[in-house]
Amino acid sequence: MSDTLSKRPGPARSHAPHGTVPVRPLRGRLSFLARPRTLAVVLVLVLVSAFTLALSVSVGDYEVPLSAVPAAIFGYGEHLDVFFVQDTRLPRALTALGVGAALGVAGAVFQSLSRNALGSPDIIGFTSGAATGAVAAILAFGAGRLGVSLGAIAGGLITAAVVYLLAMKNGVQGYRLVLVGIGISAMLSSVRDYLMTRAELTDALGAQIWMIGSLNGRGWAEVAAVWIAFVLLGGVLFAYARRLRFMELGDDTARGLGVNTRSTQIVAFAAASALTGAAIAVAGPIGFVALAAPQLARRLTRSGGTTLVGAAAMGATLLVVADLVALRALAPTQLPVGVVTAVIGGTYLIWLLYTEWRGGRA
Amino acid sequence: MSTNGHDDTRLNGHGLTLAYDQRVISRDLGVSIPDNSFTVIVGPNACGKSTLLRALSRTLKPADGEVHLDGKAIGSYPAKEVARRLGLLPQSSVAPDGIGVADLVSRGRYPHQGFLRQWSAEDEAVVTDAMEATGVTDLADRSVDELSGGQRQRVWLAMVLAQQTPLLLLDEPTTYLDIAHQMDVLDLCADLHHNRGHTLVAVLHDLNHAARYATHLVVMKDGAIVAQGAPEDVVTAGLVEEVFGLPVRVVPDPETKTPMIVPVDRRPQRA
Repeated sequence: MSDTLSKRPGPARSHAPHGTVPVRPLRGRLSFLARPRTLAVVLVLVLVSAFTLALSVSVGDYEVPLSAVPAAIFGYGEHLDVFFVQDTRLPRALTALGVGAALGVAGAVFQSLSRNALGSPDIIGFTSGAATGAVAAILAFGAGRLGVSLGAIAGGLITAAVVYLLAMKNGVQGYRLVLVGIGISAMLSSVRDYLMTRAELTDALGAQIWMIGSLNGRGWAEVAAVWIAFVLLGGVLFAYARRLRFMELGDDTARGLGVNTRSTQIVAFAAASALTGAAIAVAGPIGFVALAAPQLARRLTRSGGTTLVGAAAMGATLLVVADLVALRALAPTQLPVGVVTAVIGGTYLIWLLYTEWRGGRA
Repeated sequence: MSTNGHDDTRLNGHGLTLAYDQRVISRDLGVSIPDNSFTVIVGPNACGKSTLLRALSRTLKPADGEVHLDGKAIGSYPAKEVARRLGLLPQSSVAPDGIGVADLVSRGRYPHQGFLRQWSAEDEAVVTDAMEATGVTDLADRSVDELSGGQRQRVWLAMVLAQQTPLLLLDEPTTYLDIAHQMDVLDLCADLHHNRGHTLVAVLHDLNHAARYATHLVVMKDGAIVAQGAPEDVVTAGLVEEVFGLPVRVVPDPETKTPMIVPVDRRPQRA
């Protein structure tokens, strides 16, 4: 120790964390830490999702030339172009973007809070709760789309509250959240199975299709619903982003650094649950986006912790790409997008984990 | 040490009842951390020493009684204000996968930062200094996952140091380290105390380490403080037998002259 001490106060190399660039406008009265790599990754993801959005608006039984897409989006150009773009394809694609971004952010928040890559809403039971709520609404009340959405939101939030209370003891422990969630998921799935056996065949089929998650036939009402939820709830979560990064260090460490862990936990948990509920209400329980998007974003940005912006951009990109595949892979048959996200997201995640294990990390 | 309200040490607690849910660990506990001391809390497993440290760092809210920091109830401060006065290294720190050393150390600046002041020149200077003081400067760009246990503990200490708090609370900083790295971390603690003027409070397992490094020793048993004071006055064969149930001889440490315990020979007699 003494030799390092005797060196002080020599000319020390200054240390902003690796991969960051300090930005200090107004002569240092404001100061921020930019992460060029994260910015670049988000920019690339935005470009990819914008291009994919244009592509998915353009292709179909009626082809709108890519060059005519931008005009048609704003209502100019040939009548049929405008009709297909504005009335059917654009709302569907924008719904995909919003649902993907919402799931990405919510997944990242749950993973931060539980300090566990498995702590996504798919695994800890909310998706299952929302699905059970929706299936109950379909089968027990013969609900239409709005009723199904309300059922999904109610089911998701009730499940979230139950899981949170059961997992809580001197603060929420990550592994306990995951284990309680898995248990609740299993119970809920048996409730769904029971409801299915009691249902008429057509109702059961409708419920089954809803549970895969789909963007078919989504219009401007769904766009508005998911984007309003994303702006409001996502806004709350982005405001908590810094605190969430500290939660990943462990409750005691975060508190030692002056983070209000309890209030952060409750607000973030509630907002992320509601956001998941909104996404599921609009598109059904689309799997794997919430699980995979934050992990993929983290590895691409190499940020050493969750990045909410990265997770949002990755979720949006994943879902809009998956939806294009769902639309075109077996055209003219449309696949539910949930089938595609499971294949894409699952495969990519396994590949990533595999390469990391081989590389001796994780 | 006074047990009334007129305790002028920076950090103290009186009439503390400490409990997890219904399980009471300590009742009517009083403790004062002498300013500028290197205080070490020792005692057998499950004697409540970490619980006391958690209460002193407001990680655990006492069921009764109050911890005072700089003359005011610690619970009455905003969270960040406490974190500017008192740094805590808990046992249960988790480094997120892939986080870099400088990134982790820079987290210690949180209590000094705000929404519009996220990385000032001062933050950078303090982080640089904290890494120098703990000897992790050369590791700055490495990932924390790649480090050895001893290096990692230095990085965590650097993070707490970057908080720039007069008080540092360390919960078993030497656990899971081999003997060389244990001494390394303790030397570093002594350096922080002696050369940088921090008041240190550490929970340690090893009584000999405690007696060698502490300026003030707090000995606990069954949730109560049974003795405190300078190690020379506190560490006696009688006390060790009473607290740990182990018959020992106390001899002067040949290096430091501080008390050193040597367990009485209980091996089976050979012919």
